[in-house]
Amino acid sequence: MGEIIKLFLVFARIGAVTFGGGYAMLPILQREVVEKYHWATNDELTDYYAVGQCTPGVIAVNTATFVGSKIKGIPGGISATLGVVSPSIVIITIIAAFLSNFAELAVVKNAFAGIRVCVCVLIFNAVWKLLKGAVIDKLTFIIFLVVLLLSSFTDAAPANLVVAAGIVGLAAKKIGGAL
Amino acid sequence: MDLYLKLFLEFAKTGLFAIGGGMATIPFLTKMSDETGWFTHMELLNMIAVSESTPGPIGVNMASYVGYHLAGISGSIVATVGLVFPSLIIILIVAQFLKRFGDSPIVKAVMYGLRAASAGLIAAAGISVAKVTLFNVKALGTGNWGGFLNIKAIILAVILFYLTKKYKKVHPVAFLAASAIIGVVFNFA
Repeated sequence: MGEIIKLFLVFARIGAVTFGGGYAMLPILQREVVEKYHWATNDELTDYYAVGQCTPGVIAVNTATFVGSKIKGIPGGISATLGVVSPSIVIITIIAAFLSNFAELAVVKNAFAGIRVCVCVLIFNAVWKLLKGAVIDKLTFIIFLVVLLLSSFTDAAPANLVVAAGIVGLAAKKIGGAL
Repeated sequence: MDLYLKLFLEFAKTGLFAIGGGMATIPFLTKMSDETGWFTHMELLNMIAVSESTPGPIGVNMASYVGYHLAGISGSIVATVGLVFPSLIIILIVAQFLKRFGDSPIVKAVMYGLRAASAGLIAAAGISVAKVTLFNVKALGTGNWGGFLNIKAIILAVILFYLTKKYKKVHPVAFLAASAIIGVVFNFA
């Protein structure tokens, strides 16, 4: 029971500081889930994000479900999921009730312009940590680069890119004789 | 139909079909606005702005917002739980599958390709945030080269990059909070 409550609380804390969606959550996840609680490795987080791209739902929420279920099965998955969304419910309810012009306030705009700068630095640091496990040879480097370029400059759906990369990985191992 | 049940089902439908994150929910929310009249397109746009300025994914925030307006705090909870319900079930199944077959060479071969793609997508997301934060792409068209670089933001980014490398023990949230204060003090918006 203690572990399930802990999952809820840790993910509620993560949800409360995730500004800008799933990707922005990655640096916080690395700090809390990988480095502090050792609930998952950087490689596992990369896998969860990949699966989150091609399954329904919000990536931040899907990652919480994954980590929770890895630690404490189905109850753990449910607990981490409810944890990660609970700050949104509280904050949005307060804004909906009292601050209809919240996003227009000068102080809010300025604060978030500052936060966005930090988010992009943190995302780059987070990617750097993931690369060690994700880009391990020439082929994975090519996959990384091609996906990066296609995703930046075309309308390619992330889910299609992930599925294609999975097929390339499978084919390469088959041709290489590993299967 | 009971309002709570309808809220739950509408948001569960959005959660089921929006593949690949928060922004993917927007077309479904637009359609929901047309069909149910629960919120206007303008309110949806405001909500996207609010989501950019609060923690949490846009889909979850929108569910909380619409639920609250229709049925108070309990509506907010029902809509949010509805949104995450389908992915909760699906991810629990995928997690069981990975636990059982994670060591199979086939799954490992697929994951070998997936990991690289996943890192590529996350890097692309970082670049797209950097594009709108550090540079003002619109200024290029006007020939105003000085306006292209968002100098204040670039200086902050360089300092943050240095500090996050030097002080690895400091929690990322401390850097986020400091950046918020700097944004207010130096009028970043």
